[in-house]
Amino acid sequence: MNEPSKHKMTAAEKNEAKWALAFIAPTIIGLIVLNFYPAIDTVRQSFYKSGGLGRGMKFVGLENYAKMIQASETWQCLLNTVKYALVEVIPGVVIALILAVFLNKKLKGTSAFRTIFFLPMVCAPAAVAMVWKWLYNQQFGLLNNVFHTNTAWISDPKIAWISVGIIGVWSVIGYNMVLFIAGLQEIPGDYYEAAAIDGATGIRQFFHITVPLLSPTTFFIVQTRLIGALTVFDLMFMVMDKTNVALKNVMSLVYLFYDYAFTKSNKGYGAAIVMFLVVFIMIITFFMQKLEKKMVFYN
Amino acid sequence: MESARAQARLNKFIMYLVLCIMAFIMLVPFAWMILTALKTNQEAISVDPFYIFPANGWHWENFATVWQSYNFLVLYKNTLLMIFLRVVFACLTATMAGYAFGRLKFPGKTFFFSLVLIQMMIPSQIFIIPQYTMVTKLGWLNTTMGLVFPGLVTAFGTYLLKTGYQGLPKDLEEAAAIDGCNIGQRFLHIMMPLTRSSMVSLAIFTALFAFKDLMWPMIVCTNSATTTLSAGLAKMQGQYGSEYPTMMAAAVLAIIPMIVIYLIFQKQFVEGIATSGGKL
Repeated sequence: MNEPSKHKMTAAEKNEAKWALAFIAPTIIGLIVLNFYPAIDTVRQSFYKSGGLGRGMKFVGLENYAKMIQASETWQCLLNTVKYALVEVIPGVVIALILAVFLNKKLKGTSAFRTIFFLPMVCAPAAVAMVWKWLYNQQFGLLNNVFHTNTAWISDPKIAWISVGIIGVWSVIGYNMVLFIAGLQEIPGDYYEAAAIDGATGIRQFFHITVPLLSPTTFFIVQTRLIGALTVFDLMFMVMDKTNVALKNVMSLVYLFYDYAFTKSNKGYGAAIVMFLVVFIMIITFFMQKLEKKMVFYN
Repeated sequence: MESARAQARLNKFIMYLVLCIMAFIMLVPFAWMILTALKTNQEAISVDPFYIFPANGWHWENFATVWQSYNFLVLYKNTLLMIFLRVVFACLTATMAGYAFGRLKFPGKTFFFSLVLIQMMIPSQIFIIPQYTMVTKLGWLNTTMGLVFPGLVTAFGTYLLKTGYQGLPKDLEEAAAIDGCNIGQRFLHIMMPLTRSSMVSLAIFTALFAFKDLMWPMIVCTNSATTTLSAGLAKMQGQYGSEYPTMMAAAVLAIIPMIVIYLIFQKQFVEGIATSGGKL
């Protein structure tokens, strides 16, 4: 059956190939029309300037890129995005790991805790952002009320990015935790039993067994969350009003792209920003792959 | 021995303490959203000292008011229809392609599958401007088809289903082939039903993604009669951002359907996320 592919196809093989091509046709055509053509078209558009009503497209070469690289807001937004990603990913992963380890101990009430932690995952970020915006409200918000403070959580440029990051952490903990629990359940119990006989206690077990054996899961979560965080949009768009003085210190690259491409209808410049984002994410992905070989312990 | 047992009890206590504090932090925003939704605006902005519960009766009518004045029925309908169509299209195209990639031999298989993998690696923002142009040209702005358009096929789903089909045993299909079933019949009657759990994962994933997405509906459905719950909320906030009970009632109404579905199908949600590990 498994003959090399050089020979002439038999009738049965031809038949199989026909079915297969018919089965993949919708997906492949869809991917070409909906993804591959648009990707190429975005590259093309980044060399054009769109006219007032988007009708007249004028070739401008690298002008969009030159403008983008010289604009300080581009770099500011890149910095904002990276800062947001660090604030969301690192605490989001650490807290989720701790919760997952606790919930994996077969305590009573585990499933109730799991349900609660996962809850933000099924909520629309638009709604989540509205609630947090209200909690952060400087005059009437719950936080300033309870702590008797007068903090401008989301309009003080120095802390607004952290406040938005906290919403991100709150939103993803449950998701990370579920993935960690799945990873923990794959670690064989014998390791822990052997460690217990050798007198290793909980915390030493955690650092010498759990952390290394869980590293593939951890790496996967960090990578997916990092890319998710670097393309954040919803939270910032909903939390930060157009008039918010801290907006320029929080705005992410995707928000900047949305602003140019759809609010200001400058598709060409928007396309250039997307290219900037894509290149940045590709670089990050490349380094993550390098890091994976070094840090991850595969059994 | 005695001290070891005391240590174990202390550990347990600490774990419960941490879990309870975290659960409290997770629940506070939900509680505050609901409590604010039941107050009058006057009560909501009262800072004296902290007004946790509505003092002058629970204003359930806030929900009815919001429901009517923002036409929530239409938002629900739009969102539901979009989710339904996206799930149907994603499952249909992905199960077919997944079966072919997972179980059949054909020329160009590696090349075609590499297209699937490449799509998964590219940030999706790069597709948006041309997709918007296409939707405009098709005349699908402010229509359900416009909302569904980018989700007609799914690379991630194809990958997920391919893995599902690959894991199935060979003999079943071989037996059916001997019985004279053609490939279509084998797929439809034998293999597809066996990948139900992967399909459920994909359906949940697709539904959640569509429900949470904000940018695409904001771009293609600018009219509040055609848009989704997420984008509808963004519109309302722009107009009535300082009427806090109204806003919170709207937020509650927007998240309730998915929370109810989640509470019913909790096991499938959690397993679906854990096994597929898709990026949401």
